[in-house]
Amino acid sequence: MRAGSVAEACELLRQDGDAIKLIAGGQSLVPMMAMRLARPSRLVDINEIAALKFVALEPDIVRIGACTRQCVLEQNDALAARVPLLRQALAWVGHVQTRNRGTIGGSVAHADPAAELPLAAQVLGARMMLRSTAGVRCVPAEAFFAGPLATAIEPHECLEEIHWPVWSEHRIGSAFTEVSRRHGDFAIVAAAAQIAVGDDGRCIRANFGLGGGGQTPLAFPGLAAHLLGTRMDAAVVQSVAQDAAVELDPGNDLHASAGYRKRLAAVLAARTLRTAYELARGKP
Amino acid sequence: MSETLYPISVEVNGVERKAQVPARLSVVDWLREELRLTGTHVGCEHGICGACSIMLDGEPVRSCLMYAVQADGHRVTTVEGLAQPDGSLSVLQDSFCQLHGLQCGYCTPGMLIAAQGLLDTTPCPTDEQIREAIGGNLCRCTGYQQIVDAVKHAAARLAVKR
Repeated sequence: MRAGSVAEACELLRQDGDAIKLIAGGQSLVPMMAMRLARPSRLVDINEIAALKFVALEPDIVRIGACTRQCVLEQNDALAARVPLLRQALAWVGHVQTRNRGTIGGSVAHADPAAELPLAAQVLGARMMLRSTAGVRCVPAEAFFAGPLATAIEPHECLEEIHWPVWSEHRIGSAFTEVSRRHGDFAIVAAAAQIAVGDDGRCIRANFGLGGGGQTPLAFPGLAAHLLGTRMDAAVVQSVAQDAAVELDPGNDLHASAGYRKRLAAVLAARTLRTAYELARGKP
Repeated sequence: MSETLYPISVEVNGVERKAQVPARLSVVDWLREELRLTGTHVGCEHGICGACSIMLDGEPVRSCLMYAVQADGHRVTTVEGLAQPDGSLSVLQDSFCQLHGLQCGYCTPGMLIAAQGLLDTTPCPTDEQIREAIGGNLCRCTGYQQIVDAVKHAAARLAVKR
């Protein structure tokens, strides 16, 4: 059935949350249903709720409605100026046809360990606003992703908004890259980084993360702190990237062995860190 | 046990179509089996191959990943709707014929919808843009080069027309 408002969706979830699955773009849920990996007894369609589709630029954050289509975000220049990593990540999400229908909240709530938007959320420290009939609670990305296809969303809750922090530093650079069998496929490994640089060309703020390397996408704020005050030369970047790769616990499958994924993770992490730094340093 | 039916009203290729559908019916199955619009093909049925692409409110989407009830109140264009009002082929369709942009033809409706979606927003696409636009469509005959050529050819023909 179709929910006409967030309040209506929350009321339905309150009554029967365990049996209900919310459907947004359906680009992950419907394939899972087609393969009988998901068998929800009821679907509640939130696609027609206009209040869930918006981009609000505020001084320190960008608020994005959960049901905003990925294609709409990809084309939003003002958003790209404030949160550049988001556009860079979106370019790797599926294909034109899936981005026309897929939503930002759907991708984040689906929480595929190799998906791009959850990784961007981890690196930027996005905050998920979860609505229920009892009110709203805010869950930061680090506490939100609980495992493969598992999040902190309770059965009676609906992901309503995602808040993306905007870095206030003057010179910021970000980068996203991944290796997949074909562009648009799930990443074997994905990497993302955002760096801020001071007037003297030294790193003043940094974070980076890796996807596809374990149960959830991971950010490495502790390791990124080693970059502060440096000019991010190859040696320091590689050592930080190596240390991050060591922390991963990737799986073995037909497409790539765990060892290959770890090596790839170190290479891609270093690459995004360097690219983000160079972009930041090149800013006027 | 009879399944609950839901009333829907969808504009398909410019014509208002009303129906009663079960919640579990996908858009592509509704188009093919009830409306007999068999131009749209069913391939993988889980959003990978792109053969079932249609336009929803003017944008290419996968019709196997949408339920017919969700199309209620929206506008759908299928490959049949790309042809001209008299039934003759559009410039894009004709360009696929001219440059052999198809072999077995299974992926063709999806390729045409993807290409039309591109030309609607980008009348003079680069090769890179064409490849990006059809990136979500699989051709197992692997005739991609002629498909790219056909889209380029169509863009050039349409530019002359304007």
